[in-house]
Amino acid sequence: MWSLLKIELFKVFKRPRTYIAFIAVWAIVSLIQLAIYVDGAKYMDFVLKDVKDNFDVIGNPLNGYFVCFVILQTLLIHVPLLVALVSADMIAGEANMGTLRLLITKPVSRTKLLMSKFMASAIYAIILLIWIAILGLFLSMAIFGTDGLMNAKSYEIIILNGNDIFWRYLCAFGYAAIALITVSSLGFFFSIFAENSLGPIVATMSVIIVFTILTTLDIPMFQDVKDFFFTSHMIGWKGFFEMKTDAEGMSIPGTIRNLPAVLRSAGILLLHIFIFTGSAIFIFNRKDVLS
Amino acid sequence: MMKLKSFFIPLLSKILLTSFFFLVASSIKAQTADELIRNVKAKMDKVNDYIATGKMKTDVVFIKAPIANIKSYFKKPNKFAIKRDGGVSLLPKGGVSVNVSSLLLTDSYTAIDAGVGTVAGTVVRIIKLLPLSETSDVVLTTMYIDEKNLLIRKSSTTTKESGTYDMEMQFGKYAEWGLPDKVVFSFNTKDYKLPKGITLEYDDGSKKPELPKNKKGKVEISYSSYVINKGVTDAMMK
Repeated sequence: MWSLLKIELFKVFKRPRTYIAFIAVWAIVSLIQLAIYVDGAKYMDFVLKDVKDNFDVIGNPLNGYFVCFVILQTLLIHVPLLVALVSADMIAGEANMGTLRLLITKPVSRTKLLMSKFMASAIYAIILLIWIAILGLFLSMAIFGTDGLMNAKSYEIIILNGNDIFWRYLCAFGYAAIALITVSSLGFFFSIFAENSLGPIVATMSVIIVFTILTTLDIPMFQDVKDFFFTSHMIGWKGFFEMKTDAEGMSIPGTIRNLPAVLRSAGILLLHIFIFTGSAIFIFNRKDVLS
Repeated sequence: MMKLKSFFIPLLSKILLTSFFFLVASSIKAQTADELIRNVKAKMDKVNDYIATGKMKTDVVFIKAPIANIKSYFKKPNKFAIKRDGGVSLLPKGGVSVNVSSLLLTDSYTAIDAGVGTVAGTVVRIIKLLPLSETSDVVLTTMYIDEKNLLIRKSSTTTKESGTYDMEMQFGKYAEWGLPDKVVFSFNTKDYKLPKGITLEYDDGSKKPELPKNKKGKVEISYSSYVINKGVTDAMMK
């Protein structure tokens, strides 16, 4: 299995298109950091316009933690598309090149073969996320310093102490890894049905875009069913940036407001991974690749 | 003659003593609103600067913030800053000057005696201050002054821009300087707006807080120690 995985990883990282995502992430993060470095005060004024009309802000809300939060909010909607570029190509790419039949003639079970391919695409997603963490979190901390984080939502403002944030980011990145692997498994699932990678890539992107739009729309009908969309749970990483409150309404540092809900969301994503990957293996094991 | 003497001398002394008490009593009562304010100000003028260490609690329905360790810096005449130890805080506009000294910064007001009342069991004189300047943001300040100890126990300030806010002070070991151990700053959250959500928000199913509707917000600062008149530089306040 390890040998198979090494071969698949070699294939993934040999392809130039794999590095498109890393370059794209670097470009996006650098541009956001540059823009905030040059014009951060104006950006903060825009973000906190309504707040600043009525409140004085003490401390430095424009710090590395805040920049990373902005980057994650921006990237984690779009990175799935970059992940789909690789995962949706895993089987379809082989079919396109005509190497799929050759591959399954090897003395390895189809299940093992698919598992190694899926794991390679999952590892790719995790490495991409580590790249985001290095650029988005650590580099931002080095450039902008650290302080408290102000998480402004539409109905509340959550303020986190500076010493209560780093561990939340670690958890958030861990959660984001599950979210990206979910996308990876979806792309992988579509991949077994196509003979070239374009179809599964577009299909994966379309599902994400449609579900995200439906999640965003404030129409009651969609509100009722949005719990069933995996895209609704992909933003569960934000749950790590909320705190429990005591009887007096004071936030308790070191807590997560609704950990069971966050874990439930993570569980739903894991279930999607299991269903997509399991279905892909089940279908592929019965697939006639000779015709 | 002796009988007359023994009758008149005690009577005279009684009259004199009674007159003296009446004089003293009337002089206390005659302490006008202006005089009282002047005396309170004179007491607070002993403080040129201070650094106070304390904890700040923000109790606003739409702000979720933990208790923060803070340091307050004050320098005469009106420089005041609050700094947080590792974090960000929100204080209502006008609330940054959550200090007693700021209440009596200007001399251009008319003080009106509004009688006597009680604050937390302490008898207080109620003085209303009307600013003389038309450009002043403050419309009216009502002060509840502990006349005996020359301490402002409570104040209520109505402003043109920031609504009405109340300050309640509790005094302890720094009472001789006129500095409170605890300040509770309350304000109306009716007009406060929230930022618009920019990106997708995670809904964990928790009950959403009721949006501000005539709700009172509170900022409570409990000071544990003051360093008084040891010098505060402008750099410390930045």
